[in-house]
Amino acid sequence: MAATRAALTLWRRLAALLGSLLGGVLAVGGAARAADLPEDSAEALLHVYTGGGVTAWGPAFLVRKSVADRFSITGSYYLDAVSNASIDVVTTASKYKESRHEYALSADYVYRDSQITIGVNTSREPDYTADRARIDISQEVFGGMTTVSLGFTRGADKVRKKDSPEFSDEARHWQYRLGVSQILTPRWIMSANVEAIADDGYLGSPYRAALVFGAAVPERNPRTRSARSLMLRVKGDLGSRDAMHASYRYYRDTWEIKGHTLELGYSRYFGDAWLADTYLRYHTQSAALFYSDNATSETVYVSRNRQLSPFDNASLGAKVAWTWRKVPGKYEVKVNGAYEYMHFKFKDFTDLRTGSRYAHGASILQLFVTGTF
Amino acid sequence: MTPRSRSGRALCALAIAAATLASPLAGGAIAPQSAAPDFTLRTMSGPNLRLAEQRGRVVMVNFWATWCGPCRQEMPHLDRLYQKYKSSGFVLLGVNVDDDARKAADVAAKLGVTFPMLLDTDKAVSKLYDLSTMPSTVIIDRDGKVRYFHRGYLAGYEDNYDKQIRELLR
Amino acid sequence: MSTPARAGLALAAAMLLGGCSSFSVPTVEPWVKPYERERLADPIMRFSRGALAERHAEHVRDVREGSRGATGVQGGGCGCN
Repeated sequence: MAATRAALTLWRRLAALLGSLLGGVLAVGGAARAADLPEDSAEALLHVYTGGGVTAWGPAFLVRKSVADRFSITGSYYLDAVSNASIDVVTTASKYKESRHEYALSADYVYRDSQITIGVNTSREPDYTADRARIDISQEVFGGMTTVSLGFTRGADKVRKKDSPEFSDEARHWQYRLGVSQILTPRWIMSANVEAIADDGYLGSPYRAALVFGAAVPERNPRTRSARSLMLRVKGDLGSRDAMHASYRYYRDTWEIKGHTLELGYSRYFGDAWLADTYLRYHTQSAALFYSDNATSETVYVSRNRQLSPFDNASLGAKVAWTWRKVPGKYEVKVNGAYEYMHFKFKDFTDLRTGSRYAHGASILQLFVTGTF
Repeated sequence: MTPRSRSGRALCALAIAAATLASPLAGGAIAPQSAAPDFTLRTMSGPNLRLAEQRGRVVMVNFWATWCGPCRQEMPHLDRLYQKYKSSGFVLLGVNVDDDARKAADVAAKLGVTFPMLLDTDKAVSKLYDLSTMPSTVIIDRDGKVRYFHRGYLAGYEDNYDKQIRELLR
Repeated sequence: MSTPARAGLALAAAMLLGGCSSFSVPTVEPWVKPYERERLADPIMRFSRGALAERHAEHVRDVREGSRGATGVQGGGCGCN
C-alpha cells in the first residue's frame, strides 16, 4: 500500500538521521554545556469551546516533577464534556452529549546538550479510543544557537458506533517531525518545523452523512491519507518590554487539501506583574478531492465533512497573565486568561436550514493557573 | 543508488556536520597555565575591585546571570565553599552579566550570597574571558594563573571545586 | 545523482567533518554569546504561555480545520467525530 511504503521510506530516512544525531550526541565531548531540564511545574486549566452548535468544556491538570536531577516526569489529565448540536447533528439526528477523557504521561531525560522525551497518551470516548506513543530528541548545536529536534509519534485508534455494536474499525497514524530553532540576534529567534503525517484505516465518522443527488448516504473516505506540513515562525523582542511574533504554515495532503495559516501577534508587559498578548490568525484551505456539498455523480469516495471543505477562518485573540507570587529562583505562580473569537466562512457548504452558505462564529475561553517551582 | 538511500545519506551527512559544529569550540583566549586577564569592576556595594590586587590568594571567578537556571542552582554551593575557605586565603568573586544591576542585586540578596558581587553590565569582562557557557567558573592560583576553567554547572561540580581549591591552597 | 555530483557531496561532507582548519574554509563562530541571551531567556519570548492551554487550542484547531501538524505542540488523541 502506498501509505505503508511512504511511511517506511520516511521511517528509514528518519532512523538514519536519528542514528547520526545520536552518534553526534555521544561523540561530542568537551563542553559541559547542559540543556536545561524543564522546571517543575503544575497547571490547572478550565477550557471552553463554543461555536457552530457545539460546546466542549472541562478541566485539565498537569504536574511536572524532576527526579534525580536528570529526569523530569509529566502527568496530565484532560476532560472534554461535549454537547453537540452542530449543523450536521441537527439536520440529520438529534443533539447528544458525551465526555472524552485524556491521560498523558511523559518523561524527559537531559544528557549534556541533548534532551530525549518519551510519552504516551490515551484519549477515551464511549465510541472512540485513541492511543499515542511518541519520542522526541532535541540537540543544541553551534554554541547553543541552534536547536535541532526530531520526533516520532505512533498512534492507534479504535472506532465504534453508538447503538451499533456490529460496527468496529481501526485507524493507525505515523507522525514524523523535524524542527530547527535558530537564534538570529540577541533579540530575535526563528524556527522552522516540518511534519509528515501518514494515516491508515477508518478515517471518517460513522455518524456523518454525505449528500448525493440530494439524498443522505453514509460518507465514504479513502483509507489512507498522507500529509506534509511546514511552519516558519519568528519571534523578536522589540526593546520596550514588548515582543512580536509571526508565523506561517503551509499544509498539503494526498486528499488534495492545501491549507495556509498566518498568525501575527504582539505581547507587552504592563507594570511588574502583568503580561498581555494579542494576535490575529487567518486560515484558509481548499477542498478535499472527494468533498462535495451535494454530489451530482457517483464517485468512489464522497464526503460532506465541513473540515474537508474550502473555507476561511479568521480569528482575533487576547491573553492576559498576572503574576500572583514570584520569588526568583524559587517559585512563580501566574493566573492567566485567554479568549479567542473565530469566524468560519464556508465557501461550499450549504446551511440546509436557510439555503445559504454556512458561516458561524466560535469562541475559545481559557482560565488557567500555572506554577513553576 | 536508490532515491531513498541517496537522500538518507545526504541527511546523514547533514546531521554529522551539525553534530561536528557542536564540537567543543575552543575556550579561546584562556589557555591552561596562562595569566588570568586582569579587570576592574564595580561591586554591588559600590567601590571598585581589581583582580590583580587579589594576587597571593586563590581566586575563583564565577560568571552568572539571574536568568540562568544552573547559575542560581550553583550559588548556595559556592557560598558554602566561600565560607569554608575564606580564612585560608581564598576569595570568591561573583561576576553578574545582567543588563539590570538592580535585578541582580535583588536575586543575589534572595539567594543569601555573602561573597563579593561584581557587575559586568557591558559584558566587557565576559568577552575578555571568551565565555562559551553560562555559568563559567574560573579558578586562579596564588600567582594569578588560570588553573581550571569550568564551563556550565551540573550537580556534583561543587565537589570538584572543593578538591581543586584545597589543592591550590596548599 | 551523477558520479561528479556524488563526489562533490562526499568532498563537502569530508571538508565539514575533517575540520575546516586544514582547508581554510571560513568557519562561522556563534555570533550571539551565552552572556548575551538575557532578552531571549525572558518569559515574554516563549512560544507558549502554558502547556495545557496550548494543547487545548491546538486540539480545537485540529478538529475544526483540515490542516494539521508542524506546530511543535505535543498533543494526541482525538475528538474527531
